[in-house]
Amino acid sequence: MKAAKFEYKKTNNLVDALSALSTKGGDCKILAGSQSLGPMMNLRLARPDRLIDIRALSALQEVKQEPNYLFVGALVTHANIEDGALPDVTQGMMTHVAAGIAYRAVRNRGTIGGSLVHADPAGDWPTALRALGAYIVIDGPTGPREVKIDAFQLGAFTVSLEENEIVRGVRVPILSNAARWGYHKIFRKPGEFAESIGAYVCDPSSGIARLILSGTDGAPMELVSTANKIAQTNGVDFDFDSARAALTSTGEVFEPFKLRMHAVAIHRAVVQAYGA
Amino acid sequence: MMELSLSVNSETVVAKVEPRTTLADFLREKQRLTGIHLGCEHGVCGACTILVDGEPARSCIIYAVSCDGADIQTIEGSNSDPVITALQEAFTAHHGLQCGYCTPAMLFTARDIVTRLPEADAERVRLELAGNICRCTGYAGIVRAIMAVLEDRRATLE
Repeated sequence: MKAAKFEYKKTNNLVDALSALSTKGGDCKILAGSQSLGPMMNLRLARPDRLIDIRALSALQEVKQEPNYLFVGALVTHANIEDGALPDVTQGMMTHVAAGIAYRAVRNRGTIGGSLVHADPAGDWPTALRALGAYIVIDGPTGPREVKIDAFQLGAFTVSLEENEIVRGVRVPILSNAARWGYHKIFRKPGEFAESIGAYVCDPSSGIARLILSGTDGAPMELVSTANKIAQTNGVDFDFDSARAALTSTGEVFEPFKLRMHAVAIHRAVVQAYGA
Repeated sequence: MMELSLSVNSETVVAKVEPRTTLADFLREKQRLTGIHLGCEHGVCGACTILVDGEPARSCIIYAVSCDGADIQTIEGSNSDPVITALQEAFTAHHGLQCGYCTPAMLFTARDIVTRLPEADAERVRLELAGNICRCTGYAGIVRAIMAVLEDRRATLE
């Protein structure tokens, strides 16, 4: 339960961090809040040769309102979001999601960017930001680039980030007052990794409707046609059976117990969005 | 080995550490602050919770080297912390501990609850305690103790 040996380097700006990342020599990981990587290293599931500490990078702490988007720096903590330190652009959804991540002592240090790049199949930000249709802002040696979150997470613990790139932050689309959302987690104890997460966001003013399932073996799953149907009918007639049918129709094979649990999660997310 | 300078219980500590040394191991083994307890060593049991820059944090999954310049408070340095003192008295009065293994960390989480959530009810207290495992008390005494301090503080504010 102790991490294997590694070299540690603290960086104070983006240029230094990027150049440290590009230095050859073994497996290199970025260290921010240490709330996912720390446990992984203690369990020796991760054994990086080098850690680059980016906690001091001010460019990654920024929060900025842009036309139609809110930029949230990668180093913003779950506790910052829970406490409402950011302008509420998602009708309370991000605050709700942040408050449900692990425990307060973890939320005080864990970061939104760390959660995204860690890409746990039951991770809250990969799920919630997928439902919100966020964009990931990435810095690298050739300058910044932007990826829609749909194309960012490739599978469990796998994202489309090059070894010499850093996530600077996320751009979260601003929801209108007419937007509705639901977020339902199934777990045995609050704070544990969820066994299933259903997330639903619909904004009539921009025409988006997204239904996401997480807690499977891979990246969050998006149920596109189901979400559109739910949005058109304001969730009427979307019951447990239709949730189960929607999951079955994806062609994905779930164990009967898992299928039932996932159907409950997405059904309850939709019920939450439209009120009981 | 890397040099590290931080404030531990209001005293400046300068030391050399291996990067892989966790904050908990550094404080326990080099500073002899054994009120920090280690249970799971992967951030789940909560026994290693201390205050880092005034906020509760898991010292078992943070590396000491990354805490250069930080302000650390452990149970050993909490005698002059009035909230901790009030909680300790309430834990004694309400049977908030038995073996004591979870207690120092439980006190820091309790401190966070009473300062951050002054309106919390018993249900919210239980929710907030989800990250600190106690296998003796069944939590009833702990919740009563925290509620007693919360109610006292509310009465004082009125």
